[in-house]
This record gives sequence, C-alpha cells and structure tokens, in this order.
Amino acid sequence: MPSVNEKELVTFDVAPGEYRHWRLTIDGRVATLAMDVNEDCGLKPGYKLKLNSYDLGVDIELYNILQSIRFEHPEVACVVLTSARERMFCAGANIYMLGTSSHAWKVNFCKFTNETRNGMEDSSQHDGLKFLAAINGACAGGGYELALACDEILLIDDRSSAVSLPEVPLLGVLPGTGGLTRVVDKRNVRRDLADLFCTNPDGVKADRAKEWGLVDDIAVPAKFQELVRARVQALVNDSTRPAAAKGIKLTPLAREIDDDGYRYQHVDVSFDRSARTATLTVRAPEGDQPGTVEAIHAAGDQWWPLAMARELDDAILMLRTNELELGLLLLKTRGSPQSVLMSDEVMLEHRNDWLVRETIGLLRRTLARLDVSSRSLYAIIEPGSCFAGVLFELALAADRSYILALPAEEGDAPKVALDEMNFGLLAAVNHRSRLETRFDGNARSMAAAVEAKGKLLGPEEALTAGLITVAPDDLDWEDEVRVAIEERVSLSPDALTGLEASLRFPGPETLETKIFGRLSAWQNWVFIRPNSTGEHGALKLFGTGSKARFTWERV
Amino acid sequence: MAINYQDRIPNNVDLGSNRTLQRALEHWQPEFLNWWQELGPRDFQVADVYLRTATSVDAKGWATYGFVRMPDYRWGIFLADRDPERKIGFGDFYEQEVWQQIPGEYRSILRRLIVTQGDTEPASVEQQRMLGHTAPSLYDLRNLFQVNVEEGRHLWAMVYLLHAYFGRDGREEAEELLERHSGDANKPRILGTFNEPIRDWLSFFMFTYFTDRDGKFQLKSLAESSFDPLARTCSFMLTEEAHHMFVGDTGINRVVKRSLEVMKELGTEDPQAVRNAGAVDLPTVQKYLNFWFSSSLDLFGSEMSSNAASYFANGLKGRPDETRYEDHIAKEQTYMLDLPDGAGGVKSEAISMRNAMNEVTRGAYVTDCDLGVKRWNRVIEKAGYSFRLSLPSTHFRRNIGSWAGVPTDPIGRPITREEYDARVGDWLPSESDRAYIMSLMRGVHEQGKMAAWIAPPDRGINNNPVDYEYVRMH
Repeated sequence: MPSVNEKELVTFDVAPGEYRHWRLTIDGRVATLAMDVNEDCGLKPGYKLKLNSYDLGVDIELYNILQSIRFEHPEVACVVLTSARERMFCAGANIYMLGTSSHAWKVNFCKFTNETRNGMEDSSQHDGLKFLAAINGACAGGGYELALACDEILLIDDRSSAVSLPEVPLLGVLPGTGGLTRVVDKRNVRRDLADLFCTNPDGVKADRAKEWGLVDDIAVPAKFQELVRARVQALVNDSTRPAAAKGIKLTPLAREIDDDGYRYQHVDVSFDRSARTATLTVRAPEGDQPGTVEAIHAAGDQWWPLAMARELDDAILMLRTNELELGLLLLKTRGSPQSVLMSDEVMLEHRNDWLVRETIGLLRRTLARLDVSSRSLYAIIEPGSCFAGVLFELALAADRSYILALPAEEGDAPKVALDEMNFGLLAAVNHRSRLETRFDGNARSMAAAVEAKGKLLGPEEALTAGLITVAPDDLDWEDEVRVAIEERVSLSPDALTGLEASLRFPGPETLETKIFGRLSAWQNWVFIRPNSTGEHGALKLFGTGSKARFTWERV
Repeated sequence: MAINYQDRIPNNVDLGSNRTLQRALEHWQPEFLNWWQELGPRDFQVADVYLRTATSVDAKGWATYGFVRMPDYRWGIFLADRDPERKIGFGDFYEQEVWQQIPGEYRSILRRLIVTQGDTEPASVEQQRMLGHTAPSLYDLRNLFQVNVEEGRHLWAMVYLLHAYFGRDGREEAEELLERHSGDANKPRILGTFNEPIRDWLSFFMFTYFTDRDGKFQLKSLAESSFDPLARTCSFMLTEEAHHMFVGDTGINRVVKRSLEVMKELGTEDPQAVRNAGAVDLPTVQKYLNFWFSSSLDLFGSEMSSNAASYFANGLKGRPDETRYEDHIAKEQTYMLDLPDGAGGVKSEAISMRNAMNEVTRGAYVTDCDLGVKRWNRVIEKAGYSFRLSLPSTHFRRNIGSWAGVPTDPIGRPITREEYDARVGDWLPSESDRAYIMSLMRGVHEQGKMAAWIAPPDRGINNNPVDYEYVRMH
C-alpha cells in the first residue's frame, strides 16, 4: 500500500494484491476494476474519502493495478472501470484533501493523476488495451474525467445518475485532470453545450448526456450490464492484446532510501541539497542479455529495459513528490553504449512480442513523465557514459546537454549514438519523437540524424549534428558545468517551470500538451488566486457552508 | 386567500392570472392522474371515501369532509398566506428581505432540495398501494387513503414550485417525479428507504409515526427558508402531515392496547401466548419500532455535512423552529458529536455548528419521537405491566453517517460483528416475526368490524362513530 512514513516520505509502492480502494476481478479477457474507496484510508490525516472520492493514495493504487494488468495479465483486452457502490460511481478528487493541501501537493497530485489517465489512452492507442467506463451511479468531477480517459463511456439511466464537472460552480477551480479539454477535443461536445455542462453543478442525466455526446450510450439498470457486456465484447474484438499469453510477475522494486538519495539496481539518485540538485544516473545493461523472446520472458521483470524503466519511473515520481527543492536534475549514464545499442536491437527485433511492446510503452510513458516534470533537466555526458539509443532519449529530454570534449591524448572521449528507438517509438506527449521536436521543421538536421543512426558519435560530431548543446573541453569542463548549474538554480523556480514547459514542446498541440499546458497555466493560476484559496475563496470555504467572497475583477 | 375551486386546478395562488404557468400545470395534471390510476391505491379507485379537503389555509377552514372517489379528489396548490413583513430568519443573510424569486446562484441547490423532498411524496403512495386489501377496518382504510391523497397533494405542492420558479429544468424534473417509481430497479426513487414496499399495517403505522415525522422535520426546516414560496408551501403541508403522524401514533397505541387486553385476558405476558391469541406481542412491537426508527434516522443525512452547512449559511434550509434558537448565525458555535472511536468505544468531537445541522434536526426529531413512546408506555403502565417500549440509540443500525456499518446494541454501545449477528434477532424483526405479522394481515372491510390484532380507536373521524361506513365499496 502507498504509505507516508514518519518522515512524511511518500512512496508509490503498493504491495501486490493489497488494494484498499479498488476491487479487481479478471474474467478471461476482461478486467473489471470497481472503485470502492475506503474512506478511512486517506494518504494523509484530516479528511475522509467519502462517496468514492479519491486522493493520491487511491490513484497510486489505480496506477499500480494498471501496471499489473499491462504486464501480469497480457490476456486482458479490456478494462471496465466501474464502482462497487450502489448509485455512486465516483465523486472525484476529495475536496477537503484539496482544501487542506499545499499548492505544491495539489499540483503534483493533479500531474500524477493526469499521467495515469493519459497512460490509459496511451495503452489503448499503442498496445490495444481498451478501457470502458461503466458509470453505474452519480459521477462528478474527477470521476467523469476518469471516464473521459476511457475509449467508451456508458451511463446508467436510472433517472437520477448524472455526469458532471461541478468544479467551477462549486469550488471556484477547474477540472484538474483534463476534463475541459477532453469534453471538447476528444468527445467533440459542442462548445456552447460544454459551457452549459461545466457550469451546472448537477450535471446532465442520461438522455441529454448521450444527446450532447458526453457519454456514448445509456441503458436502464435492468439492461445496463447487458449493454456493458456487448460493448466490452466489441472492444475486446478491437484489441491487439494476445489472448493466450502468459504474464510475467512484477516483483516489488528493490530500492534503498538513505539521506542522500534513492538506490536501485540500474538507477541511482543522489541529492546535493546545498546545491539544490539531484544527480540521476542510469546504468547500461551488464553481462549477457536475453536475445530471444523466450529469454526475455524468462528474465521477466529483471530484463534490463523493463527493470530500468520501472526504476526510472519510480525515481521520477519519488523526486517530484518528496524533493520539491531539488530543482535541477543532472541526468547521467554509466556503462557501455554498445550494450545499450545491442539491447535496443533485441527490443526492436522482437517489438511485436507483447512483453517487448508493453516495455516500450512503459519507457515511452516514463520518458513522457520526465518531459512534463517541473524540474530543470541537464544531461551531463562524461567519459564512461552511455547516452545511446533509448538512453539518448534522456539527453533529448533535457533542457540542455553538456558533453566533455576530451582531446584524444587525454583518454576516451564520451560517445553518443542514435538508433531506431529515437525515431518515433518513444514519442513524447506531443506525439512526436524528441528528435523531431528538437529539429522542428528542420529537414536537414533530421536527415543528418537519420544518417548518423547506429554510429558512435564523438563530442564534435554530436555537436555538429545538433544533438548536444555545449561541448566544453577538459580545461573548461568543470567550471563551465559548475557555473551552468549554479546559474540555473539561482533563477526563479516558477519562471523556470513556465519557461521549460513553453520550450519543451514546439510545434502543434495534442490533447496531452493542451491538458498539461492548461493544467500548469490555468489551473495552477486559479489554485493560487484568492478567489479559490484565499481566506474567503471557494475551495477554502467549501464545506463550511459560508459563501465565497470573490474579487470581481476579470484578469 | 381563499381557495379557488372553480379552476381546473384548485389553488390559492391566483393561478388564473398566470396563463403560462396554468397551461403548464394543466398539462402535467393528466399525467399525475394517470400515475395515480396506475400506481395509487390498488383496486379502490371507484370506492367512495370519506375524505377531508382543504377549502382555505387558515386554522378553521381547511378541513371539510365528504365522500369522494379518490381520482376525483381536488388536488391543488395551497400556500400558507404571505407575510409581507417576513425577513430571513437565519444564516449569512439574516434579517434581510425574504426572496420571492429564486436567486440564480441558488437555483441548482434549491431545485435539488425540492426534487428530493418531492420525490418522497409519490414514493410513499407507491409503497403503500397494496395495503388497502389488508386494512384492519374501514376506519383504517379511510385513514390510509387520506394519507395517500395528501401525499399526492404534497407532490402537487413541489411540482408547483418546480413549474413556477425553475423554468424548463423544473418542468423536466416535475415529469421525472412521475417517471421514477418506488422499488423500480430501472427508475428507483431517489432515497433508498422509499424503494421498500410497505407490506403490513404494523409497518404502515411505524412508517407514518417515524418516517412521516422525518418529513415533518424536513418541512419544518424548509418552512424557514428564505425562498418565501417554499416556506409558505411547506407551512401548509405541515398541517396535513400532522394527520399522518396521528395515524401512526394512534395505530401503534391501538396495537399495544389490544396486546395488553389479550395479556390481561390470558393472565400471561408470554409473547407466544399473545400471538396464539392473534395479537401482536410487545417485544415484536419493539422490534418494528427499532427497525423503522433507525431507518428514519438515516433520512436526516450525515452528522457532519457540508451540504447542511451550505443550506444553513445561505438561508435555504433552517433548523426546525428556528425562532427558538438564540443565535441565528451559528457561525462561531460548535456542536459536540458522539463518534465511534474505531477501537470499540465512543469519542466526542466538537464540530462546527453549521456542519452539524443535520444532527441538530435529528436531535429535535428524536425528542419528538419520544413523546409517543412515553404515551404508549403510560398505557402499558396503567394496565399494570412492567414492559416498556423505548427508542434505540441513534448509533444503532445506521446506514448513513459516522455510525454506518458500526455494529452496536440498541443502547448504542459498539459491539463485535459476531455479537451483533448473534443478537440481531432480539432487536429487529426476524423472518418469522415478519411472517407472523403478515399472517395477521387479512382485510376487514365490513362496516363496524375490527381485526383482532388491533383495538378500535377512541373516536371516529369528524365526530362520526367509529363504526361509520368510512369507505363505501362498489
């Protein structure tokens, strides 16, 4: 279970099968995930999770369950999200939790919940895992947003149950998990109807919800399960997940936490609190690696790409949640670039195997998590590093990269390399590869990158190819890097968050970039305005009965 | 204003001067009558029933009696007279002018309050629709129908508000009030309790005593509302609701009385002997009381409620008899709440008074319920028996609020689930208790006759004798 220990450290661990808030049943190709939130098991004290409302702890379980379905149950083609309660699907994020949380906690909570919902869409699009929301009762706010992340939404027509986004009229904030964007961009609800919908705290009941496109279909209670079954069957038929495959086991991560960092098998995080940085190092595979599908399955969760992705994912989450003041992540790698390229080659060769495909999916979502993290990212490329293939994505994700241009007489200069993994399989939230994003519209650079595929590139070549930002020589290296770090951490963290989010995704918007952009801009702005969180703000006063006192100027 | 019976819809709101509203309600009227035919009292629609009908809303004029077929009952719209001096009596707008129209910002919340209240009115008619067949006398049959037609009128009261003040949404909600049906799995009534059919008359009396009394307290709270038409509507409904509780109060009293007579005749308190003689033993009365009291307590909602706080603060729903309280703002006050401590005990916690308004109302309700229990106990005491009926603790058998799912004994002490399961048969009607009560349910529809399990009432309706032919069958 997710836990907060005495030092208030939040982890994202869930002991397998120990779910407090969800009931998972798997029947053939269908997993039913019924929300049944235990109101006394909030992650932090001070609120009760009534009416199937959720906090970070509930969402951490959801994330873990989805991971389990992806890897341990490859035969599952469709996940039905529903509620174990009568006439109550989900009331959304717990308002008292939001009302008592710090700004940073709210923002981080929203980011994680968004990533989980985006992850559902990612799995549906790339890996054939389909999602159906079977809304069997009242469904408000984050409850409806969870449904919006599904491929299909069914709503019970019992003359009472409604879907709603009551955040604006009730709380003076915005739906925080992509609700507004998905209503108009994904479900194509007409924008004036969306305006009516999002300002009515009671929401919309079955007939109209269907008419407006807020849900796909409705049925009376007696027919509801039948409708769910029929639609599930259709989604199962659409799925590319393997019916006869046998899953692997995801064992708990071996992770040590000490005062100075997190230690994993392939990933290490070391804090430098006085410098307000953390160094995140990923190690290349060592020794013999599986070359066949059978060997990969036999290695299971110890297979390097999978083990590394899980560790990296956890490290990013832990850092984001627990280490707010470590504002600059120094991304490093250790090991042989050839080993990474060989590992990639095996992955690419067997990419049609479900486990390989799911692993690539996890790598894609994990790197995407890095992209949307509100931390400055520097890739530091030194001798003994292995920024190649999948690990070169770390350098591409970084806001800047520094490579040591070591003269030949001083030893082996670091080498970087591109391979097929860098050309689309690990697309960022803008649905483009990081290379494409980097060379936005620059065909010549892109062509050079294609040309360089598979070659080990020295500092000069990498710099010339536009793959690296700065290549100081050994005389300048230490000072150059030190100054760059010190300069960065001295800047306003808020301005940096805005700057980085603005520069990281040039080019056309996607659903995800819009959601994250609006979350970091509008929602987080509303969250700090007095009208929501001031002494008389709507979110602050919710539940006391007192009416919010707004400042009326429009900004 | 006198009630206008010339219009198709009797009213004292000058409906004739608002053609649009009149048309809308005249459109709803046949739908209501269809509903009444389909889901109102089964098989008695052509009987002539001795019913009272309001002719004006003041103390004297509202109860005139006469024989009427239920479908011909003059359901209409009656509001208590408007007090032009009335001011908001509580909350953040204390002492400001009451509202004659709905402020836009409270539209949704008031609509929800009215719909929730309105939904219970036809629900209870549906729950009771089979009871006519097993009435213990014509007197009781008539009382059942009186209750039913008045619940129908309460539906009209809520539908009037929805039509008059809530535009298209209101009209749709008014239709939905007839679309949802008690116990219909596809279109259930909003509140769970109102989806259980009432199969026997002991339950009916308990329902009218305990559950209708919840209605009384909800109406009293709404009669305090800043939205004046709602307050006036509910004020008048309260005068009707009183009869329903009278039916429950005297009904239970008569069951107890009959039980005592049998005990006296047989010279024993043995429950089985009382049953063998065809009466309801007092321990069974207590079990039914435990069941209905506890389920009615849930209707008040959670002990700590953000909705209740918001209703109070914004002047939408007050405390019953708000004038009796000294502080009508109740912003700084706290309320001490008994909560389960999670370790088998009880702890006290102070919460903001505004968040405790459900509990305040529930407290007033419990005090009110206890009056009847005292009356019934006096009858038992006078008969010379030591048995006493009592209200169980508000912690007992709750499904809503902090005590939901916490097993306690009837005096409210937390106990283990095993102990609860082992003893629940002593506290709540068992299958065999219910079967026994059902075995007594045989209709007595002959003039002057009374079923053997219930004593006759002390007096009849409107000075008529008890054995008057209150319902004329055809």
